Amino acid sequence: MFRKTLMAAAAVFALGNTAEAATEITWWHAMDGALGGVVDQITADFNASQSDYHLVAVNKGGYEDTMTAGIAAFRAKNQPNIIQIFDAGAATIINAKGAVKPVQDLLEENNVKFDINDYIPGVRYFYADSDGKMIGMPFNSSTPLLYYNKEALAKAGVDVPKTWQEFEEAAPKLKEAGYIALAQSHSPWIFFENFMSRHNLQMATANNGYDSTDVEILYNNDALKDHWQHVKDWKDAGYYGYYGRAWGANQDAFVQQQVAMWIGSSGSFGGLRKSAQFDFGTSTLPYWKGVGDAPKSTFIGGASLFAFSGHSAEEDAGVAAFFQFLTKPETQYYWHKETGYVPITNAAYELAKKDGYYKESPDAEVGIQQLSEEGGDWTKGYRLGFYVQIREVIYREVDTIMNGEETVDAAFNTIEEEANGLLKRFNDTYSN
Amino acid sequence: MKRVQFEHSAVPYLFIAPQILIISIFFLWPAAQAVYQSFLLEDAFGMSSQFVWFRNFEDVLSSASWSRSAIFTVIFSVLVAVISIAISLFLAVRADEVIRGAKSYRTLLMWGYAIAPPVAGLLGNMMFNPLMGDLYKAFNSFGFEFNHIQNANDAAFVVILIAVWKQVSVNFIFFLSGLQGIPKSVQEAATLDCKSAERRFWTITFPLLAPTTFFLLVINLTYAFFETFGIIDVSTKGSPGGATATLVYKVYVDGFIGADLGGSSAQSVLLMIMVSVLTVFQFRFIERKVHY
Repeated sequence: MFRKTLMAAAAVFALGNTAEAATEITWWHAMDGALGGVVDQITADFNASQSDYHLVAVNKGGYEDTMTAGIAAFRAKNQPNIIQIFDAGAATIINAKGAVKPVQDLLEENNVKFDINDYIPGVRYFYADSDGKMIGMPFNSSTPLLYYNKEALAKAGVDVPKTWQEFEEAAPKLKEAGYIALAQSHSPWIFFENFMSRHNLQMATANNGYDSTDVEILYNNDALKDHWQHVKDWKDAGYYGYYGRAWGANQDAFVQQQVAMWIGSSGSFGGLRKSAQFDFGTSTLPYWKGVGDAPKSTFIGGASLFAFSGHSAEEDAGVAAFFQFLTKPETQYYWHKETGYVPITNAAYELAKKDGYYKESPDAEVGIQQLSEEGGDWTKGYRLGFYVQIREVIYREVDTIMNGEETVDAAFNTIEEEANGLLKRFNDTYSN
Repeated sequence: MKRVQFEHSAVPYLFIAPQILIISIFFLWPAAQAVYQSFLLEDAFGMSSQFVWFRNFEDVLSSASWSRSAIFTVIFSVLVAVISIAISLFLAVRADEVIRGAKSYRTLLMWGYAIAPPVAGLLGNMMFNPLMGDLYKAFNSFGFEFNHIQNANDAAFVVILIAVWKQVSVNFIFFLSGLQGIPKSVQEAATLDCKSAERRFWTITFPLLAPTTFFLLVINLTYAFFETFGIIDVSTKGSPGGATATLVYKVYVDGFIGADLGGSSAQSVLLMIMVSVLTVFQFRFIERKVHY
């Protein structure tokens, strides 16, 4: 923290000497630790690249803290220029009419060339409105991937499962070899949202919520329930490890080699490389062969950057300049390499390929390949209000399925009922 | 007409003005805001809002998870208050008897006071980590099938344990000073009259400590209601299945994380009413038994 402050102070000094008239723009973000360091580097690079604007990046804690801080600041009319909002919170900020300036308008007003097709398919429409206009600038984008312990799979004599059917064949052999076959770290994101996308199943009415806030959830369907019945059976048979809702607890089980395979984020790659004392590989998210029309592309997770309204044209121009800098292939490639998040533009992906990055670390390409897989009607994303609370309901009900307190059917009825109640509240709050 | 009125001086008002100001700014004003918000449906950014009367209260009260959480909160609070008072009373009585090295004993017992609830939660979380937690391993090696990740009672046990541990040192300080406030002459007279230390405690010491105990009961219940959410957020996050989510934790999740201002305000108002009723109850019925 002290070092960061010092660096920021040094940057301010350096800038003060060269460009006294620079317009200051602020960016509140949720990237701490190693990721925060990369953000600081990008900020410094942007400031060094031009002299009209001076960007100040401030870490506001985690995703939720950052969103809460942004809300409080906006209500006090003291909002930053740019705020990072995570996937599940996107509906809250996009549906608050007039709180943000659509990023597409902002760029076009400031004569920055914008073509939505420059972005890779998986991120293109996730933060767009129903007409396909981009509202939030995709920033840190990840997708769920399967990580596997190479030694464990070799010991059991099995290949990496591409489908859940293959997983069911491999699991008993892994158990015999002394491993729990699988764990995953985020039930709502991996085994609900991305389950729907992977199998091209509709997640909510009104075009997955993009067309209206008057919407109902479609989670209570046989394909998803069947999947969870399998998960429960796997757990009872000793093929699936359930270490609660905490991301880290499930990841630790993989790191400590209790489980042979773990589903986490493509962004987990860098961290795992440091913590895991064994050789591991990455693979795509398994799917049920014959369900929906799997395999289709997955959703992105992570967060995007929104430009708050209520700032001068000059400051908005600075935001546009920064977004232009941020989406440059070189910046994206740097971000991708340092963090494991996917590059969001085709040009950046090409640059990474041309540079030979995937030859030296092929695992880093799996995420973007999965996001570039064929899309369907239901793979572009979702826009659901109070989705943070809906995820809480899912976490809660998954607990009750796993400890046997409730059957899968009962749990899904509760999820449907409570989620629809929340969606109705959101619609009543935001639709006028 | 004769006017019976005393001369009023402005000085006393001047003295309490800062306190009134602080209470107004930090309590009355936010409380009024919460009551006002609880009647509104308003988007998080304040771009639109509508007055909906009791809609928010209806939504809260009709939710099964809220009722479950209300019941858990009451059980949790009573257990935390009673257990932490009992343990600290025991420790204080024993520490009061110690003569050699008394200072270091007492200081050590007070240490926990300086620990913030989330830090206590973090410590508990590590000790109960299924992969490396010592307490988790210890319980299981004694033959309990302890699993707070999946078993609701075990999870409740974990949060109660952490909350009690955190509170014991606070209570200890009060009890110890209460004990030292009991006149030596009374204790000596009691020693002459009665040989049994246990009986002396229940007939002399405990009644003399009653004002302290009552004060601590009120303080501890408030602590369990409001301040333990840091512990819960760091340790169980209300799992499994919402079994350890207290009302304050739900207010936090819905309001701060979920950005539902109306709903969480309605929950806070209900909580405020609950705690007021509880406090009035304590003062009317329990305080009667306390002799100052």
